Amino acid sequence: MTDTPPRLGLRGISKRFPGVLANDDVSFDVAPGEIHALLGENGAGKSTLVKMIYGIMQPDAGTIAWNGQQVTIANPKAARKLGIGMVFQHFSLFEALTVLENIALGMDAKIPQRELEGKIREVMTRYGLKLEPSRQVSTLSVGERQRIEIVRALLLNPTLLIMDEPTSVLTPQEVEQLFVVLRQLAKDGCSILYISHKLHEIKALCDTATILRGGKLVDTCDPKVETSRSMAEKMIGGNLKTIQKPADRAFGKERFVVNELSMAGAGHFGVALKDISFSVRAGEIFGIAGVAGNGQTALLLALSGEETTHDAQAITIDGEPLGQLNAKARRLKGLASVPEERNGHASVPDFTLSDNSVLTGRDRLGLSVSGFLRPRAARKYTGEVIDAFAVKATGSEAMAGSLSGGNLQKYIMGREILQKPGVLVVGQPTWGVDAGAAAAIHQALVDLAAAGSAIVVISQDLDELLSLCDTLAVINEGRLSKPMKVSEADIEEIGLLMGGIHGDAEATRQAEEVHHHAA
Amino acid sequence: MRLKLEKRPEPSRLMVVATPIASVLLTMLIGVVVFDAIGINGQKAVVDIFLTPLLASYKWQDVATKAAPLIIIALGLSIGNRANVWNIGAEGQYVIGSLCAAGVGIAAGGGGGGLIITAMILSGVVGGAAWAAIPAVLRTRFSVNEILSSLMLTYVALQVLGYLVGGPWKDPNGRNFPATAPLTAEQSLPILFPGTTVHLGIAIALVLPFVFWLVTARSVFGFQIRVVGSAPHAARHGGFDSKQTIWLAMLIGGGMAGLAGALEFTGALKAINLGFPSGYGFTAIIVSFLGRLHPIGCLIAGIVLAVTYVGGQVAQTTVHIPNATAGIFQAMMLFFILASDILVRYRVRIVRNPKNAPAPAAGE
Repeated sequence: MTDTPPRLGLRGISKRFPGVLANDDVSFDVAPGEIHALLGENGAGKSTLVKMIYGIMQPDAGTIAWNGQQVTIANPKAARKLGIGMVFQHFSLFEALTVLENIALGMDAKIPQRELEGKIREVMTRYGLKLEPSRQVSTLSVGERQRIEIVRALLLNPTLLIMDEPTSVLTPQEVEQLFVVLRQLAKDGCSILYISHKLHEIKALCDTATILRGGKLVDTCDPKVETSRSMAEKMIGGNLKTIQKPADRAFGKERFVVNELSMAGAGHFGVALKDISFSVRAGEIFGIAGVAGNGQTALLLALSGEETTHDAQAITIDGEPLGQLNAKARRLKGLASVPEERNGHASVPDFTLSDNSVLTGRDRLGLSVSGFLRPRAARKYTGEVIDAFAVKATGSEAMAGSLSGGNLQKYIMGREILQKPGVLVVGQPTWGVDAGAAAAIHQALVDLAAAGSAIVVISQDLDELLSLCDTLAVINEGRLSKPMKVSEADIEEIGLLMGGIHGDAEATRQAEEVHHHAA
Repeated sequence: MRLKLEKRPEPSRLMVVATPIASVLLTMLIGVVVFDAIGINGQKAVVDIFLTPLLASYKWQDVATKAAPLIIIALGLSIGNRANVWNIGAEGQYVIGSLCAAGVGIAAGGGGGGLIITAMILSGVVGGAAWAAIPAVLRTRFSVNEILSSLMLTYVALQVLGYLVGGPWKDPNGRNFPATAPLTAEQSLPILFPGTTVHLGIAIALVLPFVFWLVTARSVFGFQIRVVGSAPHAARHGGFDSKQTIWLAMLIGGGMAGLAGALEFTGALKAINLGFPSGYGFTAIIVSFLGRLHPIGCLIAGIVLAVTYVGGQVAQTTVHIPNATAGIFQAMMLFFILASDILVRYRVRIVRNPKNAPAPAAGE
């Protein structure tokens, strides 16, 4: 092992934060051209570790070697200079600026705008990443925002690319495309440090996997010889539960009906909803698949009542019209919802958990009486959520922002589920959530359905929908496909629907082109 | 060695209280240094501005009279500031409030008594709220920034005042000075302690903070204000209407400013002239932030700012510095309180040179 030193060598890396040892004596190597997985639950210390590699933080102890030379990576600029690129899980984008401006801001060297745009388009076509450089970021969906980050990192021709959960918002075809890109990059000698919870992806893509648990390195193994299950168990340090779905599931009456719901898009670039119709029966879990930015956000807002429509009959719960009611009134009728963005939408980060329970539970749970709050009742309910969903928090008075992503999501799901809603609409229930928490959330949804509720899951994670749902439809450009039974669904066909290759969209596009020519 | 800011896991409660106090102390310290540097007895100036009004009991009634409008206006503004609704036009709402009270008084002719006075005060509240409703309409209907519209309306309000006191409402016995006729005793607020200037409005200013405290801490409305200010998307998710919040915040801010104007007119000044607007509406913005947007904080901060007003007048005669000095001190306080805000969420750590870091633990 003396001929080629590893691209990246970590020795005895430790990092302590007030109250927690985030990394404890972590050592491993990444070889040139190797695709190396970094696995671990939320809070296992993966993010901290890659932040130190990328120069955002400095280790308290331990050394980092780059191509055999010991280095101090003082800041991300120094990291990029070495050839380290990173795609973050949480994006650092300016909402008010365009895609192009955001990328230009991230570049260390000043490149003329036209030249940069050319480069961006080149990277996008080479890797099949769809983006409009002149669009404002605030109008983009989560998936599109992530594409900006990927393009930004690839523009720098890195020799080590760190990817933090990159595929969570892509279609199966896009994931395949990304893998082709990553494999090509690896073949060209670029090392890739790949953080993901999707174990089958790691099996398909990675050469080596390093597993962290509680800040410590548990194992470095070959994912091709491990099973998904064995890796998951190393990750959580125990046995993994599989979803318990009663075999003989019978559905009750129709509880939630959406009938030709149409909505104008928000802002200049927002996706409009067009004639969306579906119905969900008691006990049924209805999945809506689709690539990010095809109207999922608009659909969730329209269903939750954050946006209302003039057509009262467009949305009904147990026959009662909801279309004109706002979120508060819909909750009282039994419709609960969980938006995909946890921080600042589903919860208020600088509020306590019990105040966050008041946010959506105050009317249904009687957490307020004649205009005044009942803090004790809120604390009691929050305590029940924390217990029932095994939320790791210091208690009901912990700030929501102090919880890790998975724990916050468990709390939010628990907050809605324990209200026993008749209908629950959830967006991205397990986005960025570790395997253990995801399993708990899935189980809770199945149990809620079994108790007679109708559930709608809007997710970009097709695997999640296939394992969780009874019925599935695909959303593309604001239109919803015909629902299909999951047991009879064809992955290939779903993938094509997600990519927008279905009769209606094609016909519309052609019609529009004709219209443009005429005008 | 260098200083480093590190995010706290949770906002520091200690710093929420400590930074306003530190801001006042720092303002005093800088005051001493600067006045000494320009050849004025700095220590005496600072003592006169900040301490004499508190130590000399005959100044207490002045402090109380000045604190009352500051506290009342700041309470209203704090509601808006919490919800990220920035009403900068309290001065104008204060003026309109006083004018409405005067209008009702004039319309009542020589009549007076509890009912008339109550009507005067209430019309002040309504007038201030109505003046604040203009920026609220502009913001909710046409997305016009309320900072600009509310501020500019202040100057409109001053013109209205100038027109009324110089024209239709001019005191016929006032030797042609632009001012309203002094209020009769029947139309004035009762004095609480005979022989002083302590009027009923001061008692109202002492009670209101506790009412606001109860409402903001315990009511769904207070919750709504906090959510909208902290996370507007979450507020919508929770079923709170952002337009309704803007309306309520503006109306409460305007209503309180109008109340302060009506109380100042009927309790303290008894007549409206061109000197009636004395900047309380702007100083109350400082009170609101120095008081950490908390009702009880506003009560304390209102007294502190009133002390600097009174002390500024004391220092004018003792160390011969212009009255505007008080304004400089007030601005410095606002500057320090805003700058030190970061300490609530971040802690400062001294980082040693990385070379001095402990040697890495040896691996296997």
